[in-house]
Amino acid sequence: MDGLLLEANQYRLLRDGAWVTLQILGLAFVLGVVLSLVVGVGRLSERRWVRGIALVYVEFFRGISSIVLLFIVAIAIPILLGVSQASILMLGSLALGANMGGYGAEIVRGSIQAIPKGQSEASIALNLSNTQRLRYVVLPQALRIILPPFGNLTIEILKGTALVSLVGLADITQAGNFIRQQQLFGDAGTDRTILFLNILVIYFVLAQIINGLFRLAEWRLEKRFSGGEHLTPLDLPEATK
Amino acid sequence: MSAPDTTPYTGTNGNGAAGVRMRGVNKAFGTNTVLRELDLDVDPGERVVIIGPSGSGKTTILRVIMTLERPDSGTIEVGGRQLYHQPAGDGLKPASEKHIRSVRSDIGMVFQHFNLFPHMTALENIMLAPVKVHGQSKEEARTNAFELLDKVGLAHAANQTPGQLSGGQKQRVAIARSLATKPKIMLFDEVTSALDPELVGEVLNVLRDIAEEGKTTMMLVTHEMGFAREVADRLVMFDHGQVLESGPPADVLDNPREARTQEFLGAVREH
Amino acid sequence: MTTAFDANQVQPPKPWYRRGDVLTVLIAFALGYAFLLFGVDESTRFRTRLNPDPDLTFDWMYFWHMVPLMWRGLLATVKATVYGFTIAIFLGLVFALLRRSKLRPVSWPTAFVIEFIRSTPILVQLYFLHALIRTWDWYSPATITILAIGLGIHYATYCSEAYRAGINSVDKGQWEASTALNLGPVSKWTKVILPQAIPNVLPALGNYLVAAMKDAPLGIAVNATGILFFANAIRGGDFRAVEPYMLMGVGFLIASLPAAWLVRRLERKITYERT
Repeated sequence: MDGLLLEANQYRLLRDGAWVTLQILGLAFVLGVVLSLVVGVGRLSERRWVRGIALVYVEFFRGISSIVLLFIVAIAIPILLGVSQASILMLGSLALGANMGGYGAEIVRGSIQAIPKGQSEASIALNLSNTQRLRYVVLPQALRIILPPFGNLTIEILKGTALVSLVGLADITQAGNFIRQQQLFGDAGTDRTILFLNILVIYFVLAQIINGLFRLAEWRLEKRFSGGEHLTPLDLPEATK
Repeated sequence: MSAPDTTPYTGTNGNGAAGVRMRGVNKAFGTNTVLRELDLDVDPGERVVIIGPSGSGKTTILRVIMTLERPDSGTIEVGGRQLYHQPAGDGLKPASEKHIRSVRSDIGMVFQHFNLFPHMTALENIMLAPVKVHGQSKEEARTNAFELLDKVGLAHAANQTPGQLSGGQKQRVAIARSLATKPKIMLFDEVTSALDPELVGEVLNVLRDIAEEGKTTMMLVTHEMGFAREVADRLVMFDHGQVLESGPPADVLDNPREARTQEFLGAVREH
Repeated sequence: MTTAFDANQVQPPKPWYRRGDVLTVLIAFALGYAFLLFGVDESTRFRTRLNPDPDLTFDWMYFWHMVPLMWRGLLATVKATVYGFTIAIFLGLVFALLRRSKLRPVSWPTAFVIEFIRSTPILVQLYFLHALIRTWDWYSPATITILAIGLGIHYATYCSEAYRAGINSVDKGQWEASTALNLGPVSKWTKVILPQAIPNVLPALGNYLVAAMKDAPLGIAVNATGILFFANAIRGGDFRAVEPYMLMGVGFLIASLPAAWLVRRLERKITYERT
C-alpha cells in the first residue's frame, strides 16, 4: 500500500490547505445559515415587497453557477468597485455563503410550510407575537425537517470550497496543484493520480465528519421530542420548587 | 328570554369574567357564507353551549372571537372593549395589531386537535405564554403550571412531551395551558370530538370543574348533549350562519320551537 | 333512465407517439442534440478585435462586442453538459441496479463508490481523471470529452439516487398486485413499476441536469473550452476582467433560468397528469 501514500512534507502542505478550506467552509456556513433563515422567512412574509426581494434572491443565486458567481465576486466586483482584492478568503466565503443561502432558503420555506396550521393558531390563542411564534414554536419544529437536507447542503458547500483554488486561494486543492508543480520540476516520484486520490480521500473524510455532526444534532433534537420520565409522587414536591 | 340590550352583556363581572357582544358579524369563505348578520351576546360568567349541524358555522363564531379569522364586517366587543376596532373621534376605526393583542389577552381557546407544541414538555407548553407574553418569572410560572397540571390530574406527566400522552391527556394539558394566562373568556371548540369514546369523560370532568369555579365565561361548541344540559346556562341552536333559537338547555332540548332544531336533535339522538 | 354503454364509442387515450405535446418535446430534443453534435465550434482561441477603453472601468462597447465569443463558449459548455448527462443517465441506472443487488459484495462497494463520488469535489475529480487518462497510451480523448466523462460519472451517482427514490416511491401494494396477477418480471417492470417510477424520477433528473450545467464551466481544469475558458482567455489576452466575467454571468443566467423554469413546468405537468 506504500505506493498510495504521499511524503510527509506533502501531507504538511495539504494539512495547511485543509485549514484554509475549513475556514472558508465555516464562514460560508454561518453566512449561508443566516441568509437561509432570513430569506426563507422573507419568502413567506405578509408584505409583498419582502416576498418579491426574497424570490429574486432565491432565483438569482440558485440560477447562477457558484463557479461563475465566485469569479464575479472575487475578481470582477473588486475591480469594478475599486476596492482591493485583499481578502479573497472573505470574498470567496461570501460567494459560497450567498449561494448556500439561495438553496437553504427554499429548504427553510418548505419546512415552515410543513408545520401544521394548528401550531400557529395555538400561538395566536396564547397571544404570542409573530416573532415569538417563529422563535419558540415554528422554527424549533421546522429544524427537525431542516437538518437532514442542510447536512447535504453543507457537504455541497464543502465541495464548492475547492473552487476557490481557481481564484488563487491556498486551500487543499490549491496545495495539491502546488505539489504537482513541484513534482514537474523536482524528482519526487509520486504520481499525480495518487496525489489527487489522496486529496479526494481527505475531502471524503471531511464530508463524513460533517455527516456525523449533523446526525448527532438530529439525534439530540429527536430527544427533545421524545420527552422524559413519569414523575413519581416523590419527585413532585421537589420539582415544584 | 329577556330582551338582550337592557342587560349588561359587556364588561366584566365580580369574578373577572368578561362578556361578549357581537353585532352584525358577517363572514364568508368564497361564496360560502358562514356568518350572516350575526348578533350574539354572552353575559360575563355565562356558560353558553352552541349546537348545530356540521358546516353551520358554529366553529367560526369561536374563531372570529379568537382572531383566527377576520370577520368581513360587523363589530365584536370583548370585556367592554372593541376587538377589531378602536375608537376614533365619534366612530370606530380598524384596530392596530397592538390593540388586538391587548384585547386578545383576555381570551383563551382550546382546540379540537389540541395543538400542543410537540417539541416541549407538558410543563414547558404551559409555561410558554406566562413567561414570554405576560412576563412572569420562570419560578412563578413553574409553580403555577404544576398547580394547573395537578388540577387536571397530570402532575406526574410534567416532563413528558405530547407524543407520550394519550388523546385525553393531551387535551387536559391543552386546557391547563390555556388556563395559565387566566383568560376572562374561554372558547372550547369541539374539544372531545377527536377523542376515543372512553377518554371523553376525563376531559368533560375538567370542563365541569372550570364551570363550577365560575371564574371565566365559557363558550363551547360540542356534540355532547348530556354535558350541555348539565353545565350550560344557555343553549344556542345555530344554523345557516344565524341563531335559530336560544334558551335554557331543558327548553331547547325538550321543547324545541323550530322545525330545524327538532330535526337536528332527532338526528343527534339516533346515534 | 339509463343509457346503454357502448364500448365501441369509448376513445382510448392516445399512445405517447401520437400526442402532440410529447412529440414536440422529443423533436426539439433531437434537433438540439444534432445541433450540439455538429454545430458547435470547439476552438479554444478567443480573441477580441476591439481594444477596451483603458479609462473606463466598464466599457459597454467592448462588452457588447464580446457577445458572439461568449455565445461560442456557452455552447461548448452546454455541449459538454448534454454529453456528460447522457453518460450520467445510463451509468446512473447501472449504479442504481448494482446498488439494489441482493449480493452484498456487489451492493456494498457500489454504495461506497456512490457515496465517495458524491461527497468529493468534481474539480478534484476532474484533475484526477485528467491525470489518470494521460497515463494511458491507448486512449487520448479530446479535453471536452474528458470533461463530459467527469460530469457523467459525478452526476451518475446523483441520478442513481433519483432512480432509487423513484423505484422506492412506487407503492408496496403495486409489487404485491403484480405478484397476485402472476406477472412475469419483464411485464412487472415495464408495465407496472417503471411507468409509475419514471414520472417521479424525471423532475429530479431535470434538476440534476441544471446542476450539471452549473458545474460544466469547470472544464478549465482539464483545459476544455467553455464559458469560463472564454472569460479567462479574454482576461489573459486583454488584461480586462470586469466585462468578460460579467458577460459570463449574464450569459449563464440566460441559459440556466429558462432551463430551471422548464424543469419546474415539467414537474407541475407530471403532478397534474397523475392526479
